[in-house]
Amino acid sequence: MKVQEVPQDDANMLEGKTKEIQFALDKNGNYTEVKSVGWEPKNIILQEAWNEVNENITNAINLVENGEKSPIYFFMHKNIMDIKLLSQYTGFCVFTIKRHLKPNVFKNLSDKKLEKYLKTFNLNSINDLKLFDYKKYI
Amino acid sequence: MSAHCENGVTGNLLKHYGIELSEAMIFGLGSGLFFTYLPFIKLNGASVVSFRPLPGLIFKRINKALGIKTKTLRFPRNPEKAMKILDEKLHENIPVGMVVGVFNLPYFPAPYRFHFNAHNIVVFAKNDNIYKVSDPIMEEIETISYDDLKNVRYAKGTYKPKGKMYYITKVSENINLELSIKKAIKKTAKYMTAYPGQIIGDRAMRWLANDIKKWQKKYDEKKALKYLGSIVRMQEEIGTGGAGFRFMYAAFLQEAGNLLKNNDLVNASKEMTEIGDKWRLFATQAARIIKNRANDNENYNTIANLLTDISYNEKELFSKLLKLKL
Repeated sequence: MKVQEVPQDDANMLEGKTKEIQFALDKNGNYTEVKSVGWEPKNIILQEAWNEVNENITNAINLVENGEKSPIYFFMHKNIMDIKLLSQYTGFCVFTIKRHLKPNVFKNLSDKKLEKYLKTFNLNSINDLKLFDYKKYI
Repeated sequence: MSAHCENGVTGNLLKHYGIELSEAMIFGLGSGLFFTYLPFIKLNGASVVSFRPLPGLIFKRINKALGIKTKTLRFPRNPEKAMKILDEKLHENIPVGMVVGVFNLPYFPAPYRFHFNAHNIVVFAKNDNIYKVSDPIMEEIETISYDDLKNVRYAKGTYKPKGKMYYITKVSENINLELSIKKAIKKTAKYMTAYPGQIIGDRAMRWLANDIKKWQKKYDEKKALKYLGSIVRMQEEIGTGGAGFRFMYAAFLQEAGNLLKNNDLVNASKEMTEIGDKWRLFATQAARIIKNRANDNENYNTIANLLTDISYNEKELFSKLLKLKL
C-alpha cells in the first residue's frame, strides 16, 4: 500500500475520537505511518455486525412486550451478551438465567438477585429493570 | 499513539526507561506476525481467526530479546488486590501495562465496543480516584475511574484478563539489537511455516480456505456471512497497521534490512508488501460479498482461492527467511 492509497473513508466509526495508523510506502519506497479515518470494506463489515446486534434488540423488545420474555432478555441483547456471558458476569448459572428470562419467574425475583443484573447492565435502579422503558436505552 | 496495542504499550513502557524503538521494530523483535485458525473456539459467535499471537507474548519476547527483566501478575479472584498492587506500583512511579476488555471501556469509540478482551493499556498515574491512561489506540491521554478500571480488568467472556498486569523491573545496559533482530526473524519464519500441525501459519490459512468453501452449504447465509465478516474484522482490527499486520512486518523487514545492510531482507519487505496488498484485496472482496455487491467472478470459492494463494506466498517468503544466512 502506498501513502496516497491509504483510505480515508469516514463512516464515523471512530467518532472523531482518534485515528487509525496504517503503514504505507512513501514516494521513495520507505515505510511510513499514515493516519486514517477508516476504510470502506471495514466500515461495511463493522456496520453489518451492528445490524445484527440491532436486529436482536428489536426482536427482544417485541418478545418482552408480548410477555414472552422478561426485560432481562432485552438488556442481555442490548449488552451484546448471550446467556453464557451473562452467566459469567452475574454469577448465576445458565439454567437459573433461563428461568429468570421467563416473565412470571422474573416478577417474583428478590431485589438481591436483581441487583446482580443491575450491576452487569450498568443500570441505576431496580425500576430501570422492572418498568420496561426500553426507549431510554436505544 | 501507535497501531498495535501490545506494541504500543511495550514501546511506552520501554520509553520510560530510555529505550526508543520504532513500532515496527518492536513488532518484529517481538515476533508479532502470526496467523491462527481455531474453529473450535468462538468469539462473538464466530470461529477464532487471529493475526496476532496470544496477548502478552510480544511483550515477553521483546523483553527476552533485549535482556529486560519484567514482572507479570494475575489476580484471578481478587480485584481489590489487583487494584491495590497497581496503586503501589504507581506510587513508586512505575508505569504498568495491563490487559482489559473494551466493552465497558468508557472512552473507547462506541462502534468498536464489542466483548473483546485482549486490549492492552498503560496506566501511569493516579489522582484522587482517577487513573491516567496511555491507550495506544487513542490520540490523547485518557482518564478512567477506579470502578471502571476494575470493571474492565475483570471483563468476562473469551480470554478473560483476570486482572493481568505487567511492568519492567530492570533494563539491560548493553543491547545487541542486530543479534536480536536475526533471532526474531528466524522465530517468526519458523512459526509461520514450520510449526507442527495445521492451526498456525500457512497451513492454517489453507485449512480456513477449505472451510470457507464449505460455509455456503453448511450454514445459512446469515451465519456464513458473519463468519466471513469476522475474518476481516480480525484482519483489519484497529491496530494492525493494515492487512493483518503484514504492512507493519514489511516495515520491520525494511528497517532490519537497512540496519543489517542486508538486501535480502529489503527484498523480503517488498514481497511482504505485495502479500499485504493481497490481504487487502481479500477484505475488499469479502465486504462486497457481504454487501451483496460482488461481481460475477467473486464468491466464496474465489475468495477461498485467493486465501490459498496468499498462504503459498507466505510459505515461500518465510521458507526463504528461514534458510537465509544472517
